[in-house]
Amino acid sequence: MKNKRKWLAAPYGVWAAGFIIIPLLMIVYYAFTSQESGQFTLSNFSSVFTATTMKALGLALVLAVLSTLICLVLAYPLAMILAGAQVTSSAFIVLIFVLPMWMNFLLRTFAWQTLLENNGVINSILQMLGLPALHLINTPAAIVFGMVYNFLPFMILPIYNVLIKIDRDVIEAARDLGAGAWMTFRRITLPLSVSGIISGVTMVFVPSLTTFVISDLLGGGKILLIGNLIEQEFKQLNDWNVGSAMSMILMVFIVISMMVSSKYDRDGEGALF
Amino acid sequence: MKNKLIDLVGITKSFDDVTVLDDLNLYIRENEFLTLLGPSGCGKTTTLRIIGGFEQPDSGKVLFGGADITALPPNRRQLNTVFQRYALFPHMTIEENIAFGLKIRKKSQTYIRDKIRYALKLVNLEGYETRLPSALSGGQQQRVAIARAIVNEPKVLLLDEPLGALDLKLRQDMQYELMRLKNELGITFVYVTHDQEEALTMSDTIVVMNQGYIQQIGTPEDIYNEPQNAFVADFIGDSNILDGIMIEDRLVEILGTKFACVDTGFGKMRPVDVVLRPEDLELVPPEKGIVKGRVTNLIFKGVHYEMEVMVNGTALIVHGTRMAAVGDEVGIFVDPFNIQIMNKPESEDEEAVSVEE
Repeated sequence: MKNKRKWLAAPYGVWAAGFIIIPLLMIVYYAFTSQESGQFTLSNFSSVFTATTMKALGLALVLAVLSTLICLVLAYPLAMILAGAQVTSSAFIVLIFVLPMWMNFLLRTFAWQTLLENNGVINSILQMLGLPALHLINTPAAIVFGMVYNFLPFMILPIYNVLIKIDRDVIEAARDLGAGAWMTFRRITLPLSVSGIISGVTMVFVPSLTTFVISDLLGGGKILLIGNLIEQEFKQLNDWNVGSAMSMILMVFIVISMMVSSKYDRDGEGALF
Repeated sequence: MKNKLIDLVGITKSFDDVTVLDDLNLYIRENEFLTLLGPSGCGKTTTLRIIGGFEQPDSGKVLFGGADITALPPNRRQLNTVFQRYALFPHMTIEENIAFGLKIRKKSQTYIRDKIRYALKLVNLEGYETRLPSALSGGQQQRVAIARAIVNEPKVLLLDEPLGALDLKLRQDMQYELMRLKNELGITFVYVTHDQEEALTMSDTIVVMNQGYIQQIGTPEDIYNEPQNAFVADFIGDSNILDGIMIEDRLVEILGTKFACVDTGFGKMRPVDVVLRPEDLELVPPEKGIVKGRVTNLIFKGVHYEMEVMVNGTALIVHGTRMAAVGDEVGIFVDPFNIQIMNKPESEDEEAVSVEE
């Protein structure tokens, strides 16, 4: 019975081999071979460790950390309110937050372009109110805006999922034993929701770190993140070898955050799907 | 017994237009084991939650040692709760769970350590200090919950069906353990249950509740032997509740026959409810009984036989250690002292009217 069922995974196995495992191996192959000779080399990595690339990686890390923190600060209180709300109304509010996710990612980011432009919607409103215009588009701030907007639902949902599972009796027990509201939050609610926080942080941090579309559209091509550099190597400079080496460096950061995530979320409680 | 510790005055509480408690008045004395007993939805848990501070009454007052604590949040009341589903903190060890209340009140390290040892000894869980709640059985978790509450030396311990999730044997063991704790610690217990046996076993005072009203307050013996209305009689133990007519003092007509009884003051020819406990009915040879009947059903219950006897078209449940076979003609005798007469409710509403004691 069990062995028979295993065959049901075969179609996915083919898919995974063809589109995940082989491409990954190809990245490793390209990263360690020279473009001219095809011989084994580490020179691709040495060209990664240049000032430009390090700056792009550094900026990508800073912006990803920043947008992750902003998402966390926005999402946690909201998730708490949702978890405490009546079932019917909370389902509706969750829907509102998930709704934008159903729209195309590019369209949403283009919309932000229109909003943030120098004579865009936000500045028009500021002008109408007689306030000075802000230079928003093509700044790191605009990129953080875009990241927070696009990835916020990925922070809310795992935290919400963990919070609704906390037994109300446990909260009441803490109050009963003398803990005030803040103490109950710090000693009970927060520790019990760590798995959701870690899960949400990973799900916001990783796509923020690797994005090149958001930085392209809202950074105006002037602010380069590591994702943009990788894109350039592949598409404009046609140097797949250096591009692969950069991808592998980036992957190190992703694997680290994934490891942290799985360490704290062994039961999969905070998983989004 | 001693003076009033908790006094509930005119408590009314509704949820979404449903009145759960209606003008409830109740006091709890110091060092008393008081049980709120009733079917689910009778308002017993709401009453407990109002005492604990988890619900606010719509009107009425909660007095604690004479002081009004109605508006006080749970963390500032001198009482602790043992929750139905234990509610241990899953991310803390047993030790940390028990220390929670003490740490909040900034007790010294040595004081906390001594208290943990003392409490775990009290509930027979020495050696479990560093385990997580998930590694313990239901009964063990419940005992940790009790330990966690009593280390704070509350004046009152509130228990919300704490044994409901345990199996029969464990439940009986825990009943004895709770009674022992109450005697050793000298604190007041307010206990909520729907299990009448549990209530009869442990309580000093039982408060029978139904539909948000107190039906009867009394000692277990009072409640069992002298139920004040058909609801109480039906809820506590097995009983035969019969329509009867009080012919005069000390004489009641049931089952088409006149029975001598000891009750007076019901007037003449008044319709009444009559309670006959199954264990108070004696099966005797047909000619020696007050009425005759025929056995229609027989179940062996271990300690006794449960027999159904048809008397003039009415089925009576009789418990006895001697078996009568199905189809036998038997006589039924009942001691006048064991016939309990109750006023009939005059309307649907009155069935639930609070009984002033």
